[in-house]
Amino acid sequence: MRHAASSAVGGENGATPEELTLNRIRRGETARVRALNSTGSMRRRLLDIGLVEGTSVECLQRSPAGDPVAYLIRGAVIALRAEDSSHILVEYC
Amino acid sequence: MGLTANSTGGGAVDRGLHIEKSTPDERVVALAGNPNVGKSTVFNELTGLNQHTGNWPGKTVTNAQGRCLHNQTPYILVDIPGTYSLMAHSAEEEVARDFLCFGGPDAVVVVCDATCLERNMNLVLQTLEITDRAVVCVNLMDEARRKGVRVNLEQLSENLGVPVVGASARSGKGLQELMTEVEAVASGRRECRPARVRYLPVVEEAIRLLEPAVAAKLGGRLNSRWVCLRLLDSDEALRETMTEHLGFSLWTDPEISVKIEQAKNGLLDHGVTEDRLKDILVSCVILRAEEVCMDAVACGKNGYSRRDRKIDRVLTGRWTGIPLMLLLLVVVFWITITGANYPSELLSGGLFWVGDRLADLFEWAGAPAWLEGALVDGVYRVLAWVVSVMLPPMAIFFPLFTLLEDAGYLPRVAFNLDKCFHKAHACGKQALTMAMGFGCNAAGVVGCRIIDSPRERLIATLTNNFVPCNGRFAPPHKGKQNGCRVLTRKKKRLNSP
Repeated sequence: MRHAASSAVGGENGATPEELTLNRIRRGETARVRALNSTGSMRRRLLDIGLVEGTSVECLQRSPAGDPVAYLIRGAVIALRAEDSSHILVEYC
Repeated sequence: MGLTANSTGGGAVDRGLHIEKSTPDERVVALAGNPNVGKSTVFNELTGLNQHTGNWPGKTVTNAQGRCLHNQTPYILVDIPGTYSLMAHSAEEEVARDFLCFGGPDAVVVVCDATCLERNMNLVLQTLEITDRAVVCVNLMDEARRKGVRVNLEQLSENLGVPVVGASARSGKGLQELMTEVEAVASGRRECRPARVRYLPVVEEAIRLLEPAVAAKLGGRLNSRWVCLRLLDSDEALRETMTEHLGFSLWTDPEISVKIEQAKNGLLDHGVTEDRLKDILVSCVILRAEEVCMDAVACGKNGYSRRDRKIDRVLTGRWTGIPLMLLLLVVVFWITITGANYPSELLSGGLFWVGDRLADLFEWAGAPAWLEGALVDGVYRVLAWVVSVMLPPMAIFFPLFTLLEDAGYLPRVAFNLDKCFHKAHACGKQALTMAMGFGCNAAGVVGCRIIDSPRERLIATLTNNFVPCNGRFAPPHKGKQNGCRVLTRKKKRLNSP
C-alpha cells in the first residue's frame, strides 16, 4: 500500500537523460519500476498490466528489428515499444 | 454462433442490457474473464450449440448468449467481453462493467488463467467490488500443471471469500463442479463474503464520508462502496448509464454533490488530485492481487519456464525469427494451394457436370436462351465457381491458422514484425489480420478488433482489402482446373451455334 501512495505521487516531469528508463535495460537484467511518466490511455494500460511502483520487470528478448522488447511482468510476457517503455522509470534491484 | 434466424433481421435489433428469460425461474449467469483464458471454451462446452449472438446495445461489441440446464434448473449464460479491467477504458470494458452492474446477473463467473493467476486477479477483485455473487473458475489447470505452477484452490477461495473451482475446459474437466457452485451462489444458498480491496487511508476516509448518503439513495440496488469510488473518480461514461438505470442522477443530487465536493477537498488536502486518485485506485487493486496470490500460487513467477525462453529465443531471435516465420508462411501457403487443388477439382467437376445437365434440361424444355443464360450460365455457374474455388482453400487455411494460434505462435509474429509496421504507423498485430485476409478479407477485417489503438485499427481495417484473398489468387499451375475452365467452355458455347 505504501508503494501505491508514492507511485501516485511519482513525478510528472519527463525522464532526464541520466535517469534509467525501462528501454535501457539489457536482455536478462531485472529492474524495479520507480515511476510511470506515460499519460492517457497508455498509462492506464500499463497500470492495468500491473506496472505499479515496486513491480520487478525482467527484460527477456529483443525482437529481430530491436524494437519492441519482450518483458516478463508479473508472470506474463508483454512486449513494449521503446517509445512506451522510455516513459517508465526504473532502478536496478 | 454464426448467422441464425435470431441473430439477423429483426432479431438483431438491440434489446438493451436486460436478458429476456423464457421462463421466470431461469437464472442469468455472466461469464467474465481476461482475453485468451479459454472463456469461450467454457461457454461453448456448457451451452453447446444452444447459442445466440448479436451486438450489445449501441456498441460494435459482440454479445453471445447461450442456455444450459444443470440439476433441472435452466441457466442463461451471457458471455461478456474479455477484458483486463472494469475501469471502462474501452468499449469492451464499458460493456462488461455495465452488464455486471445493471444487467442483473444472478451470478458472475470470472474465468482465470491458472498459468498467470496474479494478472487475472485484477479483474476478479474489481468484479468482487461490484457484486458478491461470484464464482472464480481457474481454467487451464492442466497447462499450469505442465508448467509446474501449483494453485491451492482452497487457499485462494479463502483469500477471495468466494468459491473457486479448478477446470480444464478444453477437456471438459471441472465444468460440472463449476455449475454446482454457480447454482449454490445464484440461488443464494452459499453466501459469499468477498475480499474487499482496502485503499489508502485518505481514500477510505473519503469513502466513509460519502457512503452513508449514497447507500440511502441507492436503496441496495448497487454496491454503495463501489459507487462511492466511481463518484470520487468522476467516471463520465458511467454517469449516463447509471442515471438511466436508477431513474435519477446521483451526481446532480444536492446532498450527494455537496458530499462529493467535501470528499474531494479532503483528498486534495492530502495532495491527492484526480489523476493521482485514479493511480491509487488501480495500484491498490494490483497490490491486493499480489497479496491474494502470495500463499495460493506456488512458482507463480516461473510460469514462463526455461523451456519457453529457449523456444522464444529461436522463434523471435535476431537471425532466426524472420527466416522461420517466412518458412512457416510458405509451408502454410504450399499446403493450402496444393492441397486445395484436389478437392477443388472434384468439386468443380461435380458441380459443372450438374450445370451441364441443367443446361440440357433447359434446352429440352425449350426455354428461351436469355433465361438459360441468366439462370444456368449466370446464377448457377457463378455459384458453383465460387464454391469450388474458394471453399477448399478456406477449409485448409483457417484450420492451419488456428493451429498456429493455439500453439501461441501468432503473437510472436506480431512481435517480430511490429517495427516494420510501426514505420508505416501501423501495429504489428496487423500482420495477423493481413494473414487472415489471405483466407478471406471479411475474416481479416473482423479480426482487426485485436488492435488496441483506434488509429492503427482503422489503418488495418482499410488496408485489409489490398491483401489478395484466396478468391483472388491466380489460378494454380494447372490453370484449366479451376475457374478458367468455365470461361473457356463458355466461350466455346458462345461461338458454336
